[in-house]
Amino acid sequence: MYALKWKEKVCATCTSAECLLKCQYISFTRHDEAHGEMMKVVRGEDSRVLHECATCYACEEYCKRGNHPFYLISERREGRGMFTAPRPITNQWKNMTQMQGKYMVGPVKDKVLSCCFIPDLGILGTGEIFKDVASAVAFGAEFMCPAVHTHFARMSVIKERLPIVIENLVKLGVKEVICLHDECYGTFTAIASAYGIDVPFKPIYYMDFLLSRMREMKDRITPLGIRAAYQRPCSNRLIPDKYPLVKEILDLIGVELPAREYQGENCLCCGEILRSISGYKLADDVQERNLNDMVQTGAEYCVFNCPACQSSLSEKVAKKGLTPVHIINLCKMAIGEKEREAR
Amino acid sequence: MSDILKALIEIVGERGVSNTPEEIWFYSRDPGVLTPHLPDYVVAPRTTEEVQKIVLLANREKIPVVPMGNGMSLTGLVIPLKGGIVLDMKRMNKILEVNAMARYAVVEGGTSQGVLKACLQEHYPQLRHSIPDAPPTTTIAANAALHGQGRLTQQYGFNSEMVTGLEVVLPTGEICLIGSPSLGPYWFSRGPTMPDLSALFLGWLGTTGIITKIGLRLYPNKKIRDVELFVTDRVDLIPDILYKLTHLEILEDVNVWFQPKPLMFQGNFHITLYFTGDTEEEITFKRRMIWDALQEYMDSKDGGFMSVQYMKEMLMEMPQRGIADFADVPKGGGFEYSGPITILSHFPQYAAKVVELAAKYDVLYASSARLISGGHCMMFSISFAFNRNDPAMMTRVKHALDEATAFALEMGGIPWKPNFMEQKMIMEKMDKNALKLLLMIKKNLDPQGIMNPGNWEVNT
Repeated sequence: MYALKWKEKVCATCTSAECLLKCQYISFTRHDEAHGEMMKVVRGEDSRVLHECATCYACEEYCKRGNHPFYLISERREGRGMFTAPRPITNQWKNMTQMQGKYMVGPVKDKVLSCCFIPDLGILGTGEIFKDVASAVAFGAEFMCPAVHTHFARMSVIKERLPIVIENLVKLGVKEVICLHDECYGTFTAIASAYGIDVPFKPIYYMDFLLSRMREMKDRITPLGIRAAYQRPCSNRLIPDKYPLVKEILDLIGVELPAREYQGENCLCCGEILRSISGYKLADDVQERNLNDMVQTGAEYCVFNCPACQSSLSEKVAKKGLTPVHIINLCKMAIGEKEREAR
Repeated sequence: MSDILKALIEIVGERGVSNTPEEIWFYSRDPGVLTPHLPDYVVAPRTTEEVQKIVLLANREKIPVVPMGNGMSLTGLVIPLKGGIVLDMKRMNKILEVNAMARYAVVEGGTSQGVLKACLQEHYPQLRHSIPDAPPTTTIAANAALHGQGRLTQQYGFNSEMVTGLEVVLPTGEICLIGSPSLGPYWFSRGPTMPDLSALFLGWLGTTGIITKIGLRLYPNKKIRDVELFVTDRVDLIPDILYKLTHLEILEDVNVWFQPKPLMFQGNFHITLYFTGDTEEEITFKRRMIWDALQEYMDSKDGGFMSVQYMKEMLMEMPQRGIADFADVPKGGGFEYSGPITILSHFPQYAAKVVELAAKYDVLYASSARLISGGHCMMFSISFAFNRNDPAMMTRVKHALDEATAFALEMGGIPWKPNFMEQKMIMEKMDKNALKLLLMIKKNLDPQGIMNPGNWEVNT
């Protein structure tokens, strides 16, 4: 079984404790207090962190010293037999994402377009932008990144399934896996690395692919001339170096990203996992603050990266007067392949 | 051509009667597991007067008459066990009146659920009726006559309790108005403050008369409908959860279901909760009440709300087509269920019995319970899917269903829309004087024993 590669000394000598001081869900005001609680987690002792962590992934981004506070919290929770979400919800996710031999693979050569286990991604990965790879899809639980189980503190599921997913992709004979799901890329890079799991292909982040293709099609772009708010997904915390791609892509297609409070490191999650774990009070509060912040910027559109966030928030942002749209569809609108989403 | 056929043609015209083998074949069976039996004639009247003439003819000739809606009971209630005439009511399908202010509709005896739903959506969007989770071609009168349930049963009781008046052709041929329409033009009350004579026809499965018109309560159709899905893996908690939920008095419909396939549903019990409102504020308020009522189960990690985004479209369908999907899991498109009416506190025992029977008879189960009248009782469906082209599997399902009915009776439950064998089991168990009364009423209403014979009979 794979084990988390993690250094106790790095935490012990940490002078910032930003992993917890920046936490949006557990309140810490003093370094010694935050550091002390994290060291309890490190030593395998009980800590309020284990009971209050909302599983937003953010501490993976806050830690600048290369340790993995969130994976460690999840490991410790599982080790103590704790459930973050109710037990039947946790088991339902495990069952729902179980490999059952019901997958789809297109004519694959050296590249595959990974649609994870999210049907909506198959529709997004089409058209001129994806013309060379659109048919080379892989979809199903067999190709699904199991990162979602970190929300449920079931790292054992990830350690069990991730090597199989990687092996399934290797069996396709591909050299490159274009990940349409943000979390897949985060899993193949950040999580696999943290657990020492070998990834013998090159994961390609779809926003890198998108930026490259939009540059190639620059003469076809008609700037959209709109203002948008971006909903950053939790999994993007695993790959913070990729966050600037959003602005680069949106700049290229004439979409303005006005500054707002909940962006970058301070972004708020879509809230649906919070609903499962903590109940509606926290989820409603987070969604309300997030959406009001979007409205205050004068944004006309809410741009999504993750289909799960889009599914959770589309109806709610629409009720606030914003048009929900995936960033790929925004690019398709810019090259005239897709009509503007009706407001 | 026989004299009876000629007489039937005289009553309904040539296109309204048939005894051709290919047509009576269809009328000899239903989609369940019971053995088919051929009728002699199929007749489709257009008016109450035609129904009356057919019944008078049947009396003269001593021929059985089996009134039929859409034939979807699944328990063989319109299989002509002793041959005779199957009276297909589907040509009597007009909506005669909608009294929006008094919130009732009057429809002919063969009017389908879908026709009334479409009419209300188009002309009275502020009103709705209690739609059962059955194909939209099933009829309103048949559903009421077998004490059916629908989307408003949790709030307002069995669909038969929503009846506001009847026009019935008695087994001896008289046309009889029941309730307020017997005194005047309004169909607002089935009985009160008079004796409730509708009880002579509801639950009798077509053995005491033929419903040719039916009045039905309509209810407010709120602008917004929403759904939540609570899951738990502890069956012992279900009665308490349901008790807390029904205490809220805000739920439109509550269904508790469990099934082993697909895998995501395995091991959990799901409670689908529907609620309505006219504003977002009302919906939010009700949602929070529901969550608050069940917070203790979230805190203990024994239960929680699952995200319904991906299932919402399917869950919001009326009727839900997904129920038919279950029938085709073993391929061959068959399913039948025993649906006893019982008390909520017995849910764990019934749930255990379903799993036991499925294992014993090697069949696939799915179970769903619908709450009735704010939780006073529930309909617990013990459903098994089967391949129609696999007689051995159908026999196993039949045995499993028989055992389920026996279990329900042992537990003090009442089998819903019982087939003729289950009716016998009920009559054997029921209070002897109640049975005497039942048989006396039937004998008096149908002295020749021509109405759907084989049903509610002691010596079948």
